[in-house]
Order: sequence, then C-alpha cells, then structure tokens
Amino acid sequence: MRTKIVSILDRLHGDDTFPKLLVRNAHTFADRTALREKEFGIWQSITWREYHDRVRDFSLGLVALGMQRGDKVAIIGDNRPEWVCSEIAAQAAGGASVGLYQDSNLNEVAYVIDHCDATFVVAEDQEQVDKILDMMETLPKVRHVVYTDPRGLRSYKHPALLSFEQVEEKGRELARERPDLWMENVRRGAADDVAIVCYTSGTTGFPKGAMLSFRNLLAMALSLHEVDPKRPGDEFVSFLPLAWIGEQMMSLSTALAVGFTVNFPEEPETVMENIREIGPHVMFAPPRIWENLTSTVQVRIMDTSPFKRLMYNLCLPIGQKVADLQFAKKAVPARLRILYRLAYWGLFRALKDRLGFTYLRSGSTGGAALGPDVFRFFHAMGVPLKQIYGQTEISGISCIHREEDIQFHTVGKPIPGTEVRISERGEILSRSAAVFLGYYKNEKATQETMEEGWLHSGDAGYLTEDGHLVVIDRIKDVMQLADGTKFSPQFIENRLKFSPYVKEAVVVGHDRPYLTAMLCIDMGIVGKWAERRRISYTTYTDLSAKAEVYDLLQAEVDQVNETLPAAARIRKFVLLYKELDADDEELTRTRKVRRAFVEDRYQEVIAALYGDRGEVAIDTTIKFQDGKTTRIHTTLLVRELALGKAA
Amino acid sequence: MALLQVKDILLHFRGVTALFDVSFEVQKGAIHAIIGPNGAGKTSMLNCISGVYRPQRGSIVLEGRDITRLRPDARTGLGIARTFQNIALFKGMTVLDNLLIGRHVHQKSGVLGGGVFWGFGQKEEIAHREMVEDIVDFLEIQHIRKKVVGTLAYGLQKRVELARALALEPRLLLLDEPMAGMNAEEKEDMARFILETNEDRGTTLVMIEHDMGVVMDVSHRVTVLNFGEKIADGLPEEVRRSREVQDAYLGEQHELVEG
Repeated sequence: MRTKIVSILDRLHGDDTFPKLLVRNAHTFADRTALREKEFGIWQSITWREYHDRVRDFSLGLVALGMQRGDKVAIIGDNRPEWVCSEIAAQAAGGASVGLYQDSNLNEVAYVIDHCDATFVVAEDQEQVDKILDMMETLPKVRHVVYTDPRGLRSYKHPALLSFEQVEEKGRELARERPDLWMENVRRGAADDVAIVCYTSGTTGFPKGAMLSFRNLLAMALSLHEVDPKRPGDEFVSFLPLAWIGEQMMSLSTALAVGFTVNFPEEPETVMENIREIGPHVMFAPPRIWENLTSTVQVRIMDTSPFKRLMYNLCLPIGQKVADLQFAKKAVPARLRILYRLAYWGLFRALKDRLGFTYLRSGSTGGAALGPDVFRFFHAMGVPLKQIYGQTEISGISCIHREEDIQFHTVGKPIPGTEVRISERGEILSRSAAVFLGYYKNEKATQETMEEGWLHSGDAGYLTEDGHLVVIDRIKDVMQLADGTKFSPQFIENRLKFSPYVKEAVVVGHDRPYLTAMLCIDMGIVGKWAERRRISYTTYTDLSAKAEVYDLLQAEVDQVNETLPAAARIRKFVLLYKELDADDEELTRTRKVRRAFVEDRYQEVIAALYGDRGEVAIDTTIKFQDGKTTRIHTTLLVRELALGKAA
Repeated sequence: MALLQVKDILLHFRGVTALFDVSFEVQKGAIHAIIGPNGAGKTSMLNCISGVYRPQRGSIVLEGRDITRLRPDARTGLGIARTFQNIALFKGMTVLDNLLIGRHVHQKSGVLGGGVFWGFGQKEEIAHREMVEDIVDFLEIQHIRKKVVGTLAYGLQKRVELARALALEPRLLLLDEPMAGMNAEEKEDMARFILETNEDRGTTLVMIEHDMGVVMDVSHRVTVLNFGEKIADGLPEEVRRSREVQDAYLGEQHELVEG
C-alpha cells in the first residue's frame, strides 16, 4: 500500500506541499495566467509569478504579526484570489487554513473559529467583518482580523482589524530584513503536515473538522487526474464555496499540481454569465447546478420563437437517441450519425455556446443523485457529464464514471490507489492515501469513523458485477414502516426531485403505517407554468396552495409511485408554504435536508398527514439571515393519492 | 462652510404659493434631509435648486456663486446632479448606456472627435467607461450592466438612477425620495449606498425622504417644511423633539415615539 502512495506523490519530484508547488509553478509557468478575476467589467489576470509574490508577501506578513507554525487561519468570503492566496500563505507559514461558508450565521462562524483555535481571520468585506467583530468577545484566541475589501470599513477602529495590503506591506518589510525567510519557510513544510481543516456540515450535531494533509489532498488530485486528465492551460471557473472540499480539490490541489487557470466570477449573481465568457474545459458542480441549467433551457425554450422551438424539439430527440446508444455501449448507426451532425449544427453547437460549454471536456456532478433526464440532456448535446462520489474525509472523491462507461444509477469506479469494499452491514468502506488524519480535537469521532485504515462512509451501498459502486442512502437513514417494510427516504426524495417542479422533498414514514411526503415547489418553473395557464398568484405560499398546482404535483408523485414497490408508495403529500432553507437550519450549508430537525419543526404537518383531516392551519415565524423574522399564517391542504389507497 | 445657501425663496404658481420665504444652508459634506407632509413643497424646493423652477424671489448660492437664474444644464456643469421621484431613465437603453450618458457633461471631444474612433475620442471613451465601471462596482450592479433598463425591477432601476447621477461626479446630489416603493431589504441597501456615497466620495447630499427611520439614521441635518413654510431646521434629534413637527406630522396631541 505504502509504496503506491509514495509513487504517486513522486511525480511531483519533491514538491509535495501547496507552497512548494506554487514556487515550482512560478518558475516553470512564470508569466502564464494562474488566476483571473473579473473586476470593473474586465477579466484581470494574475500570472503564476504574481500569485507567488502575493502569497509570499502575505505569508511573511502573517509571520511578522506573530503567526506561529501550527496556527490556524480561518478564511471567510466569496471566491476571490485573496481567498486562495491566504490559504497558501497560511500553509507556507507552517499553519493550516480553515474555510468558512460565506453565508454562515454568527453562531456557526463563532463555533468553527473558536473550535479550530484560529489566531487569524481573513474576512472578505464589511458583511463578514461585522460577523466576526460581533462575536469577538467569544473568540479570545483570535488576534487579528484581516479584510480584503475596504468598502464601508473606513470608519471601523477595532484594534484587531487591518487590511490585506497592510499585511502584505509588513511582509515586504520582513522580506527586506530576512530575504531568505520565505524559502526557508516553504522548505520546512512537509507532505504530512496538516494543510486544511475542513469542517463538514454534518446533518446532525456540531460540525466536525477533518484534518487533511498535503499528502491526502495531492494523492487524491493526482489519482483523479489519471482517469480524468486536465492540462496546463485549461480553464476552470471557481464558483462553489472554497470552504467545501470539492472546490478545494479543483481550485487548489489540482490547479497547483497540474497548473491550470482558475477564474473567479465577478459576483455570485454573474456566475452563469461568467462561465459563458470563460468557456471552461473542466467543470465540477453539484446536481443542483446541472438541474438549474437544464430547467433554464427548458423555460427559455417555452418563451422563444416558434422556429427555435421547432429546432429544439426536432434535434433534441436525435441527440438523446445517440446518447442512449452510447450509454448502452452500442454502435451508433451511420444514418443516425449523419442526423446527429445536422442536429449538432442546427442546435447543439448554439446551445453549448449559450451555456458556455463549447470547450467543456470534463463535467462532473457529485454530492447527491442526478436525474437520468438531466444526464441524457447534457450527453445529447455532447457534454460528457460524469457522476462522482466521495467524502470530505477522503479529500474529495473516491469514485468517478469513466468515459464510455456511464451508468445513471452508479457513481462509477474507484480512482487509482483507492480500494472500496462493502462491510457486512452494507456500509461503503474505502482506503487510500487520501484518507484524512482525523477530526480536529475529536478523537472519539475519529475512532468511530476509522477502522484499521478503512474509512467508514456511513453510506449504504453495493458494488455491481462490473465494479461500479451504487450508493443507496445514509445507513442511519434507511428506515422501516410499522409493518417492517424497509425503504430509503433519500432514494424516493431524489426520484421526486428529478421532477423539474419539485425543489425539495422530505419523505416521512419511519415506524408509521404508510409513507407521506412534504414537497417544496420550484417557484421559477411552477410560476412559469402557472403564468402560461393564466393562474394568478402572489407569493410562494399562495402559489403552493393552488389546487391546480396540487394537481400538477400529484401527477409527478403518481409517476414516481409507479416505479416504487407497492408497499413503499407515497400515500399523502403536502406542498409546504416555504422553501426549506439553511438559514432556518432545515438544510445543511451544502443543501442536504436535516431530517430530524425538519420532522420536529413540521410535526403539525406530519400529524395532519397521518390524521383524518384534509388540512392543517399554520401559524409560524421564519427567520432571515440578518436576524429579522416574518410571520406566516396559512392553511395547508393534504392531498391523498388514489393509488396509495389501493396499495 | 456652507456649500449651498438657499435664501428667502418665494415660489408661487398663479394663486398657489408653493414656497414662502424658505431659507436654509447645506454644509459641505453633509447629508441634509428635507421632510414634511404631502404637499409641503419639498419637491418644489428641489426643483428650484436644480433649476427646473425659477423662484419669484430669493436666491440660491452654490459656493459663493449665485445660480438662481442659471439654466438646469448650466447647473449640472457646476456639479449638481439629481434623481427623480418617478424614475427618469432611458428605458430602452442598457444600464451601461444610461450611465455613459451621465458622463456626457464631462465629454470634451466634439462630434468630429468623437465620431472618429481612433485618437482622442477613443482614449476619452475608455476613461469614461472606467469611471462608469467604478460606479457599477460601487453600487453592486455588475449583474445587470448589459440589461435593458425597462426590464429591471423597480428597486434596481432606482439604483441605476442613483448610479447615473453619480456618473456626473456631482459635488451636490439631490435625491427625491430615493427609497419610495422599496421593500425593507432594498431600503437597507439604498441607505448603505447613500452613506457610502457621502463617506467614500465626499459628496454632499440633499434628500427628500418619507421613511422617518431612515432620515433619523442617515442624515446629519434636517429641514422640515409644512405648507410651503419652513417650520424647523436642525439636528435629527432636535427636529424629532420639536413640538411643531410633531403637530404637523401627527396632528396635535400625539407624542412621536418611533425611533
């Protein structure tokens, strides 16, 4: 095992930490573009050499301000060059970086910063600085708060506060005194040092901080690179939270090891436009993004000119037929190949261009299941979308689809150097050089997760005959009805969410006589649907209470029911009056449903689902991110399905 | 030092007196609010300052220069910009084009110079675009910069209007109800932009606003009009406690408790 690990890192010729790789790239790639950020309407490039210089200055600045080896630097903000610079700077100074989700609220931020013992916090702007300064009394270990965007902060006089430029200036001063210090620091770093502490937004309890070493991160990046190769000069758009391991793996591990260009969008609102401008070669996004893209296209087609709609309806089936043949690993007949070429010029080329996918060579999705329709849609237009699977604890991913071998219901095969097996309980276990060092200050949780080098995922799954891994659900989430029938709520929820009209779904039924579901409609698409049928509505709450909308959703639930075993079909459902939201603690920051919390919060609704009354009165308050609340007063209807009754 | 001095303004339309001997001063670098019940003459006052109306009597002095008789465009040249109660943008044009029009007053090249792409005209165009992008960044409207104004939500249009006024690089900015018709979140954003315009750009602002919470939070000085007459003038705190203001707003006997 060990020899294999060493061999893959050997390819880096001793440059086995992020700072060392940055120094290497500054030499070999020099004036090629490393990072790009859109500012003032223009893409501004940062070369590898400039990237290196910024990291060096900031890193020495941290040292000048008293940072010790082993200290943690917490970083919070949108994806910007300063974010990645701060991370590598912290690592070069012998510390580790801790990413925070930018939309976290005060308590979440304070918990993580305090738990990880951060001495420095790098905060993007006034919004983030306010969060930190508000909680400063509960953060005795934090000595300095560094901001990158000075807007609105001019009048702040907090003694711990200073700007990114001020830190860089201190770094330059220190460099003049001790010109060799930078390279000394870089050389002191080792592959087995803790590089990042990645807090996982657990669906239960407090977040846990997974410690990942450079060896973990780079082994994963290099193994993935073997089966899903990237090239220097590739373009990548970084728009998912850098606090998330998936973004770390692309924007840092892989970008540094391979040397491709990372692009930062202008604002979160401009991401899709910016992707189109860049035309990335590599893209990694959770299912939500791919689903949104698909539904955006569908909505736009509804609104477009009749000719374009005709082209769409004519060409798309051709692409889908070709995709289906490829999925089935069958040859595409010559006649169909010619038709596909025509369809490509008639539709797909333009469609790919609209989405910014003209150059896309590798697109992947992970974190949750993606509907077959979405898969077919992208493959039809020639975008090779692959499913991946992994955990934070294994530095990102362990399995991926190979090209020419894509199966909707699987997450692909393990990447090189990774072993996957199924325990007797049916749990997915994995072992590789990328498996983490342990949870920070949580020995108990580490022991629960690691057993003789095998990482316990907590996911139930199985391996197919041809070696693909299939993920069913979280083990603890596999439930049974009162009569003992086993079912996986997540499995059913995902099927429900494949419908474009359903944004979120929560299936209930543990220890109960039958299954029920609480659904959140997708406001954009259902709204559009309602407009076309001249159904007037005001708010989300109003729209989701319409009888017509209930009918629409009932048809969707019926369809899913047909694919389920008779005993595990949904008998009743309601449409919730609001979307589930991470700010209300109903979802994790990565948008997974926090089941126990949701079931507790909506217990009245659940009671109604298992009662005889056809409706339930709701009177509740919802909380916004800024702490404001608003009151909702409405009546929820319970819809019973004819099909369920018969079952 | 006073940037703007308004002295004994009398404005009437035939028999209706809109403003009666109103005088006040706006300090340089201040946010100065004008408040008052409906029909108090607030917008008329703003129109006198920007040159839409000519008062029958009285004078308006901008940094020692009497501008009472100047045309609106000449006042713009002196650094007065404004926004309107009902949005007045070119609805069929993009946000960028609207902002670039705001730069018109600073355009030096003529029809010929501007018509030829190369040389001075191009350089100037680039400089103006830079200035406009700075404002786009400042007001956080990057995501709509190429959208046609007419398709935008009301709150965003208001923001674009402020952006266009800022494109003039005014010394004195007049805002006529910048937050009318906005929801709480949009108001908060707008209040932040107003404060930042004042702090970061050093612009002096005169603002008409109905939302008392905002006025009390944001402004340095408040002038209160009622039926065309000034009934109070002072710090927000003083004005809030003024008996006359409370009477004008709430009828007599009420205490103003709102913060």
